[in-house]
Amino acid sequence: MTTDALPTSLTDIREEFLAVAVRDRLLLLLDFANDLPALPARYGEHPERLERVTECQAPVFVAAEVEDGRVRVFATAPAEAPTTRGFASVLVHGLDGLPVADALAVPDDYPQTLGLGDAVSPLRLRGMTGLLGRIKRQLRAAA
Amino acid sequence: MSTATDPNPKFQEYAHPERLVSTEWLAEHLDDPQVVVVESDEDVLLYETGHIPGAVKIDWHTDLNDPVTRDYVDGEGFAALLGGRGIGRDATVVIYGDKSNWWAAYALWVFTLFGHPDVRLLDGGRAKWIAEDRPITTDTLERSPVDYPVVERDDRGVRAFRDDVLGHFGSPLVDVRSPLEYSGERTTAPEYPEESALRAGHIPSAQNVPWAKAAADDGTFRSRTELESIYEAGAGLSADDDVIAYCRIGERSSHTWFVLTHLLGYPRVRNYDGSWTEWGSSVRVPIVKGEQPGDVPASLARV
Repeated sequence: MTTDALPTSLTDIREEFLAVAVRDRLLLLLDFANDLPALPARYGEHPERLERVTECQAPVFVAAEVEDGRVRVFATAPAEAPTTRGFASVLVHGLDGLPVADALAVPDDYPQTLGLGDAVSPLRLRGMTGLLGRIKRQLRAAA
Repeated sequence: MSTATDPNPKFQEYAHPERLVSTEWLAEHLDDPQVVVVESDEDVLLYETGHIPGAVKIDWHTDLNDPVTRDYVDGEGFAALLGGRGIGRDATVVIYGDKSNWWAAYALWVFTLFGHPDVRLLDGGRAKWIAEDRPITTDTLERSPVDYPVVERDDRGVRAFRDDVLGHFGSPLVDVRSPLEYSGERTTAPEYPEESALRAGHIPSAQNVPWAKAAADDGTFRSRTELESIYEAGAGLSADDDVIAYCRIGERSSHTWFVLTHLLGYPRVRNYDGSWTEWGSSVRVPIVKGEQPGDVPASLARV
């Protein structure tokens, strides 16, 4: 894959994952899961405004907005689905605040480059690919 | 050497009550050196958020599957896995997990392929343990590795392959997926990712008995009477039958395999783990769409 297009925020996250052993990548993903920001009231009180990500096994909902040309990403997933929460949190932290064009240029295979294949299995990683795809689609619609 | 079985009266109605333990029983046996608790979940991180004290984690995908071939680990791999987790061949293994023990039953089924003598499920699984406010910890206890013997995996008794299914027509097939997967409106469980089966529908003559019918709202298994009404009065199965169960990748059908084998005591039940992701992508195997089981093509009918 090409790395030129990748924003610093996502490069930093990837380096964080790749810097540690496979087993510790799981714990890092758990840190992300615990750090998924709460939804603002306009979504927390109106979950129907979020889009269901059917590629994920657990119920996860996401909304992407453009605010003054910058990306805002909101997501929620239950505590019983920490892997999915972790996926969502990586993307929220990595994409939030980016110029829209930079977010749209993120390669679709970014989830596969985090070194998580052995830790969580490629099948489960598809959920994160689905999340990224839906966020980018919503951004295209909003831009 | 053997650990006492749980005397819970509900379990005594089942054919093999020694295959289940209650949360009460497990709480009393957490310090029993003979007992090893194993958590096996759909979510690979759930164990790390908190688990039963002393429990070790075995993941269906990263531990039990061969990383290259679509198959389970072999005898050496299983010995390395269990030995490394500090589980001896003589240990009483109690498995629990999320989603009504769906994945725990899958792990138990794989343990069965290696003939691990004493392996049990925690009735109600992770959700019931937590709902009862029983202890949970994030501390990982490193059990000292032990020698687990290399036991050849025996696929003959409880595992069915695609060709076994093709030769099975005339005997009962149970499709434990959701009604929409069965009818062919979709290839995956509602709320699940598409897993690349190229065709939708079900294996001709298979009856649809969704796996979750066997679980009560609290994730425990339904009583023997209720199970008989579902599988015998409802689906016409009997203990004399040679039964093959399948789902999408063999996990939900492990749950049904457990019910038919250990709770109802059917001696001849196999799990077709290739399941729909294999059948629905195979060339020229027969498929039926719609809500009816459908007929077996004459060329394949055995009876």
